[in-house]
Amino acid sequence: MQDLIQHLINGLSLGSIYALIALGYTMVYGVLQLINFAHSDIYMMGAFASYYVSRWFNFEAHPGIVTLCMALLASMTACALIGVAVERFAYRPLRGSPKINILITAIGVSLFLQFGAQLIFGPNPKAFPTLIEDVALIETEFIVLKSLEVTVFVITLLALGVLHFLVYKTKFGKSMRAVSHNINTASVLGINVNKVIVLTFIVGSALAGVGSVLVGLKYPKIEPLMGVMIGLKGFVAAVFGGIGNMTGAVIGAMIMGLSEEFVVAYLSSTLRDALAFGLLIGILIWKPSGLLGKNTVEKV
Amino acid sequence: MKNFKIPLFAYIGLLILGLALQFGLNAYIQILILQILMFSIAAMSLNLVNGFTGQFSLGHAGFMAVGAYTSAYLSQLLPGFLETTHVFGFFIFSVIAGLFASFFGYVVGLPSLRLKGDYLAIVTLGFGEILRVVLLNIEPLGGARGISGIVPYPEFGFLDRFWVSFAYISFWFLVCLFFLWRITRSRYGRQFMSVREDEVAALSLGLSTTKIKVSSFVIASFFAGVAGSIYAHLISIVTPTVFGFLMSVNIVVMVVLGGMGSFTGSIIAAAFVTVMPELLRSVQSVTGYDLRMIIFSLGLILIMIFKPNGLFGDKELPYFLSKLKRKKV
Amino acid sequence: MKFLVSFLLSLSLVSLTACTKNTNELVIGEFASLTGNEATFGQSTNKGIRMALDEINAAGGIKGKKVKLITYDNQGKNDEVASVVKRLITQDKVLAIIGEVASARSEVAAHIAQQYKVPMISPSSTSPKVTAVGDYIFRVCFIDPFQGKVMAKFMIEHLKLKKVAILRDVKNQYSVGLADVFSKEVTSRGGEVLTDVSYQGEDVDFKAQLTQIKSKNPEAIFIPGYYGEVALITNQARQLGIKSVFLGGDGWDSNDLVKNSKKAANGSYYSNHYSTESTDPKVQDFIQKYKGKYSEVPDAMAALGYDAAKIMTAAMERVTEMTPEQIKNEIAKTKDFPGVTGNITLNDQRDAVKSAVVVQIADDARKFIINIAP
Repeated sequence: MQDLIQHLINGLSLGSIYALIALGYTMVYGVLQLINFAHSDIYMMGAFASYYVSRWFNFEAHPGIVTLCMALLASMTACALIGVAVERFAYRPLRGSPKINILITAIGVSLFLQFGAQLIFGPNPKAFPTLIEDVALIETEFIVLKSLEVTVFVITLLALGVLHFLVYKTKFGKSMRAVSHNINTASVLGINVNKVIVLTFIVGSALAGVGSVLVGLKYPKIEPLMGVMIGLKGFVAAVFGGIGNMTGAVIGAMIMGLSEEFVVAYLSSTLRDALAFGLLIGILIWKPSGLLGKNTVEKV
Repeated sequence: MKNFKIPLFAYIGLLILGLALQFGLNAYIQILILQILMFSIAAMSLNLVNGFTGQFSLGHAGFMAVGAYTSAYLSQLLPGFLETTHVFGFFIFSVIAGLFASFFGYVVGLPSLRLKGDYLAIVTLGFGEILRVVLLNIEPLGGARGISGIVPYPEFGFLDRFWVSFAYISFWFLVCLFFLWRITRSRYGRQFMSVREDEVAALSLGLSTTKIKVSSFVIASFFAGVAGSIYAHLISIVTPTVFGFLMSVNIVVMVVLGGMGSFTGSIIAAAFVTVMPELLRSVQSVTGYDLRMIIFSLGLILIMIFKPNGLFGDKELPYFLSKLKRKKV
Repeated sequence: MKFLVSFLLSLSLVSLTACTKNTNELVIGEFASLTGNEATFGQSTNKGIRMALDEINAAGGIKGKKVKLITYDNQGKNDEVASVVKRLITQDKVLAIIGEVASARSEVAAHIAQQYKVPMISPSSTSPKVTAVGDYIFRVCFIDPFQGKVMAKFMIEHLKLKKVAILRDVKNQYSVGLADVFSKEVTSRGGEVLTDVSYQGEDVDFKAQLTQIKSKNPEAIFIPGYYGEVALITNQARQLGIKSVFLGGDGWDSNDLVKNSKKAANGSYYSNHYSTESTDPKVQDFIQKYKGKYSEVPDAMAALGYDAAKIMTAAMERVTEMTPEQIKNEIAKTKDFPGVTGNITLNDQRDAVKSAVVVQIADDARKFIINIAP
């Protein structure tokens, strides 16, 4: 029973990271009907950005909230910039092309970022710096809750909160929802569609940037291919919850995180990755539009 | 029999070429040529799905894996069989491998080909990954170590291993090429292309688009399985990780670069994609591999933006030859 | 048709240019994991080999000819091994091959080397399957059936602990073999294996397995994996509040381990091939020279690479005719070779019969604890 609670904490922690990534996929798909394969690699770039910034300014010597925020800022900025660049130079020229062409381009961008990173940063894993002290808040015989885990939760909730505000309480959010409903009608109504798309990429990529710093804190090993598996799982979570639906993405991610934790704990670690694809195939066969249906960007 | 005149002559021509290559080139280049032929089969078969039917499969390497493991496992299970039947035994293994792979093609294709294009890509990707995990865990198939020491193609008198391998692989190469050629220029081919052009229109004409898509998928997986079985005996080692997403992407690059709809293109692109990393390796000993993938991915993006039809578009060799003839006049 | 002809022409041109051979050099091939998850394995081995060959060449080479080393990176991937080893043999026409640390990759290479009849020495692969491939395959280190017993004996007799949990890498042949031997030995010595869970190489999250282990409350946890994952495992274990002592094998030996584990690996014990604290003058001499050349303390992989290269060149010195087959025969006769990692004699299975040391991690240093003979 006691390890059950610990497993729950672990699973939710895993799930919240998947959620940050899944949201990026789902938002871009909502406005462009495009699976942004490069999303996972933008995420990876964020981790490296904050790694190098932390190294240059020697953050590890002053762990704390301030350095953490600066690292997050570095990561989010890098991700947003790369996201915008990818949209501008790889996806925009192909707007209106057959789906298969766009998909191939997306794969091309993803691989380009992965192997470009290998070339620039070197293919060996790097140790992500400790940006925040990990003290035990609850340490009973049964469960251990340390400040790092709590920080991850808090930051995720903050990010989701900001996102919710952005999408439902601002004009930009309204335009984004309009574009994902019907891009042509939205443009007829005077919405600058290109601007909305760029902003969507910025927000989605920035979220991934947050996720990558949190992952770097939890699993201090970063390497150019770190986005592949987690990106795939984030994508599956988004599809599982209903691609285009933000609430669905979060729910799907939580379900994925929890089931992964329990499968590894009670069944076998080898099923860890297969689970993601099992969920994917399952949902596609049973309810292809995902748990929360084919709704556009809505409730969080 | 008239139908088989061209392929028969082509085959005999290749056999003679094989003799020249056996004595003229060093072992390293010989292996490269065999690999080119093998990947050509994989690329041409994927072209049927991606190029002619307009569906997007990202898991072609998975079907190769099925074929490779089948052939490897059978050859280890029945070692005596290969010795008594010589090359004919390999042929039987390849056919079984192909059939097994096409069975998987059917199982994977049927539910997923009902979905939108993007979803098919993801599902085929997922299939490849699930297969990898499954193979990783089946101990009789070697688990993480895979199967090693697989029987290579044998010698035959004064004709060494290379010539026999070359003869065998080019046989399948020609079978694949001519079969796909004939089918795409037949009534069935036009059905495939109609699905690619406008699925709704095809449906309104009374065509069962799902059935068409599934059949192209099954044919493609058959040849992928054959290519896989060739891989097993050529490289002598199969592991779960070698037939992963990266290999599927490589084959997709071959199809896209060569031109979705041109088999000639697939062959040339297969040669290019196979040879390039080796050339790069001698240029840069440490970063050779990385450079290859960067060039490929950049190439993919640029081709899609500027020349989405690839090198050959949907034209084949005879088209270019006729253009040359016209120029001479 | 034109395409085909021109293509073939260019291919033959390429093959011609590739055929240049300097007959005044003896070419040895190396394949290693220079990049990837186990990068320090390959890099250290490579440094050791190069230092040995530089010494040989400075002293005049072998039979008056210089030795040339061609090294290819297999990027820590099993699949790359086949193509680089084939290239070494068919394109570069090496006389012999040295490689690798990771047993799975050495095994792949061994099949190819045996098929083409080129002798291969593995400096640090400990899985018995490697040399079992054939008579052209050798190693200069001990094997896991011995190593597994070492840590079991150490835990029970030296640390006086009985309850242990095992966390093995199920994707790694070395890890599986070592874990099995350890498990059997612990049980036969009166200890208890409380639980045996697995992870996969390149995983990053081990909380699920560690939570399971924690619930069984072991005194020690045996983690027979490679340093990349071990770093994360020890880190996460301490995060979960696990207080058990960590035990490992030679796969832990890397200067990156402590840093990547955020110091969680400190205080752990693992079995290794040599200790930097050895009083043997040969060892200290080696360490000084290595430090002078590379500005770092050599780990066991470097020392074994050094020994492997020295044994190979010694064999090459003894042949009457420089052919792979004769080199193979001479390597097999290696007896009482004074290596940095100990006295090396190759037995009938072409393995080295040597002692192991158990060291304790103290930041960048490895404290020598005990020497255990076979």
